[in-house]
Amino acid sequence: MLWTSLKRIASSGAKNFARSGAVSFATVLIMTVTLVIVGFLIFLSALLTHTLALVQDKVDVNVYFTVDAAEGDILAIQDSLEELPEVATVTYTSRDAALEEFKTRHANDQLTLQALEELGENPLGASLAIKAKDPSQYESIVNHLADDPSGTDIVDRINYYQNKSVIDRLTGAIETMEKAGLFVVILFAGASVIIALATIRLAIYSARDEIAVMRLVGASNMYIRGPFIVAGILSGIMAAVIALLLFYPATWYAGSALSSWLGGFNLFDYYVSNFAMVFGILVGSGILIGALASWLAVRRYLKV
Amino acid sequence: MIYFDRVTKIHRDGTSGLDAVTLKIAPKEFVSIVGHSGAGKTTLLRMLLAEDRPTEGSVFFEDIDVHAVPRSALHHYRRKIGMVFQDFRLIPHKTAYENIAFAMEAAGRPQEEIDSDVPHILGLVDLTDKAWHFPHQLSGGEQQRVAIGRAIINQPDVIVADEPTGNLDPMNTFEIMDILKKINELVGTTVLITTHNKGVVDSLGKRVVTMDKGRIIRDDLQGQYVL
Repeated sequence: MLWTSLKRIASSGAKNFARSGAVSFATVLIMTVTLVIVGFLIFLSALLTHTLALVQDKVDVNVYFTVDAAEGDILAIQDSLEELPEVATVTYTSRDAALEEFKTRHANDQLTLQALEELGENPLGASLAIKAKDPSQYESIVNHLADDPSGTDIVDRINYYQNKSVIDRLTGAIETMEKAGLFVVILFAGASVIIALATIRLAIYSARDEIAVMRLVGASNMYIRGPFIVAGILSGIMAAVIALLLFYPATWYAGSALSSWLGGFNLFDYYVSNFAMVFGILVGSGILIGALASWLAVRRYLKV
Repeated sequence: MIYFDRVTKIHRDGTSGLDAVTLKIAPKEFVSIVGHSGAGKTTLLRMLLAEDRPTEGSVFFEDIDVHAVPRSALHHYRRKIGMVFQDFRLIPHKTAYENIAFAMEAAGRPQEEIDSDVPHILGLVDLTDKAWHFPHQLSGGEQQRVAIGRAIINQPDVIVADEPTGNLDPMNTFEIMDILKKINELVGTTVLITTHNKGVVDSLGKRVVTMDKGRIIRDDLQGQYVL
């Protein structure tokens, strides 16, 4: 009995969907727009994550040592820094390497090079460039350095204190961007879900007399509601498939045209390699929106 | 079998629909309810179908107090009644066959029964050759015959018809009344109709209940349309 009912509900839902052509088409179209927005938000968040990683990678702290600091002491400090869980990498630049770098950087600046030669000896100290796993962790790394008694007398200066305001601002900006991104995601998703709901409600509004007749003929609420939910789910699945198909050429074009502008982030590669996830999210939300909207919309006409 | 016990209905706008109506209908009866528009005929039927609630009084169907049935269980009760409306109320995107089959499907009847009963009923209302037409492809009389097919397919105890011939020409009116009469006489189904049509009532020679301003003013066992 239950199985028969389920079979009837499914086939009746599919029939309704096919027969109410224009209305089904409009519903699928609106849901496609909704799901394209959802998909767009997936790409946007991926792009944001990628950009954040890129920006974070550019932040570092340099520790400059005095000219007479022994290389062994500096390497010992490097080892102790590398043991910290917050530290991603520590790069050592020797005095000679620093001088070479200085010379190449000022290769066209004869005046500076002459001044350097007059000095006779290498005025530059060795340095360590530290990268943290997260920009908010620089503070504790620098505190660790300042607390280390073995290092304090050979450390000339730490540019963290000069960079501190920049790093703080960047950390703040990244956090704000993440929050704003989340807010925009919720706003857009919410708005598009409401539009899809309204469209389905409108589609079902035209069937309100029919729903009343079904009630009077002795159909149970679930038996009336079922086919509408099935049709809603079908709309959702179709919309998801259309959106997935649209993303294929769209990301291919955007991927090749915008890749350099987006810091090497290729949308098409991302879409292809994360297809299962995008497919799951789009089809899942299509089914959810379709079913929920139909369920809510029919409810109001079942009161006969 | 059906008992209206001092049913009063005051509409939301304050106008009175029914005024302490008491009416008893026995099994296998064929009852016509007549009266001017606004006399309360349709309101009375809506009370029986639990489409609307009385302000006072109660309606009994056998031992069921109709308005005590919760909305979620109402469909079980409604399957005992076959309904026919003036405006047919077929499901527009279902064919004649599917409209009739829908009442059986909704009642959870097995597919084999549907496959054998629906063609039989289509034959009874003389629509075998139009089984796969949609309502908009059928004439008014044909649509009403589909509606009657739908009303009788689950072998209800009562058929309730609200102005079943109101939208039909004399020829179709005669056919529809003929079908209803046959169902009443051959199957023994109780039939309750409302009508404006004097010709219909007079030719039946059955019980006539006359209403005016929400009250029953005449109740004749072999009545005529007198107003």
